[in-house]
Amino acid sequence: MITQIVMSFIAAAGFGILFNAPRNALIQCGTVGMLGWILYYSLVQQGMDVVPATTFAAMLVAILSHLCARFFQKPIIVFTVSGIIPLVPGGIAYNAMRHFVENDYNTAIQLSTQVMLLAGGIAIGLMFSEVLNQILKKIVKLQRT
Amino acid sequence: MKEELITVEKICLIAGKIMLISGAETHRVEDTMNRIARAYGITNPQSYATPTGINFSIDLATTTNFLRITSRSTDLHKIAEVNHVSRQIVDGAISKQQAYYELQHIEKSKLTFSPTVQIIAAMLVSGGFTMMFGGSWQDFIPALLAGGIGYAGMLAFGKLVEIRFLADFFGGFVIGVSSFLFLWLGLGETIDSVIIGAVMPLVPGLHITNAIRDLMAGHLVSGISKGIEALLTSFAIGAGVAIMYAFF
Repeated sequence: MITQIVMSFIAAAGFGILFNAPRNALIQCGTVGMLGWILYYSLVQQGMDVVPATTFAAMLVAILSHLCARFFQKPIIVFTVSGIIPLVPGGIAYNAMRHFVENDYNTAIQLSTQVMLLAGGIAIGLMFSEVLNQILKKIVKLQRT
Repeated sequence: MKEELITVEKICLIAGKIMLISGAETHRVEDTMNRIARAYGITNPQSYATPTGINFSIDLATTTNFLRITSRSTDLHKIAEVNHVSRQIVDGAISKQQAYYELQHIEKSKLTFSPTVQIIAAMLVSGGFTMMFGGSWQDFIPALLAGGIGYAGMLAFGKLVEIRFLADFFGGFVIGVSSFLFLWLGLGETIDSVIIGAVMPLVPGLHITNAIRDLMAGHLVSGISKGIEALLTSFAIGAGVAIMYAFF
């Protein structure tokens, strides 16, 4: 578990560097990525399916990113990108393509479908926090008037 | 030298251009351009951004401006800077002139991290992902090295050729070769967990997610084009690695 925590922090912060995140946001990026991955990892360890687990983890990442964006006055994409990257099915997408190239179409199509589902799950997770944000803003507005 | 005429359109277009080149989502680009225009008192700004070009016009009858986008990468620092400038414009803190020069300055600015730092980061990412996907500690070092070599190869080849997919293909190929080499030398246990970690810095995971988000937001054209780009990139990497499987 400790290996997972340390490694996911390093991986998320490393991706921050690859994507040229602002220097002073790297630690936050790493932390957001780490928390998202830990939630995903522990949900999967509990026996949950990967697609809902990814969706929940993406929701957590999106909420944390919203808070960070508000607090550090940076666009939200800085935090979501490196936070979401451990969850993104990049490895599976590569694997799917490799099977296509090797003429193993059955496995390839199965993996591609999984990629689509996972990416959809992440997108729903990210949208969820945006929707929540909008609803909260509307409620605040209604209360003021 | 003649004083350059700075119009709102110019500021909006340059801001949109920097954001698109740096890999922002299209709906956010449109939103930023509209916000800047409204801050300068324009009532009906119309912007339309796709991954390959931006249209911008003011109201119905005025001229329409168009800008072609040819290369795209991910550069979060520039997005953050443009965001900062647009916030200042909306607050009315800086003049048109200042905003324009600041945006030009951002456009010309170099990457924050040097290639060496990026390669080191790619190595750490590769090693980290190998462990996260359940690899053993024996696979950590070969994944670290293969990831670094592959990313360096991709960067070097990207300088030589214009076509990005070829650079990705070459990166995948280098990763395949070096992973097999390390295993042959006795470093590492399972080839699959080494390769999957090493390949992570190249894989377009972000594009896949961004494509689906754009599709869900109703930006069908940019969603589909980004999706195809991601598909081609992962195909290039997969093919590059698979060449090695064909030989062994």
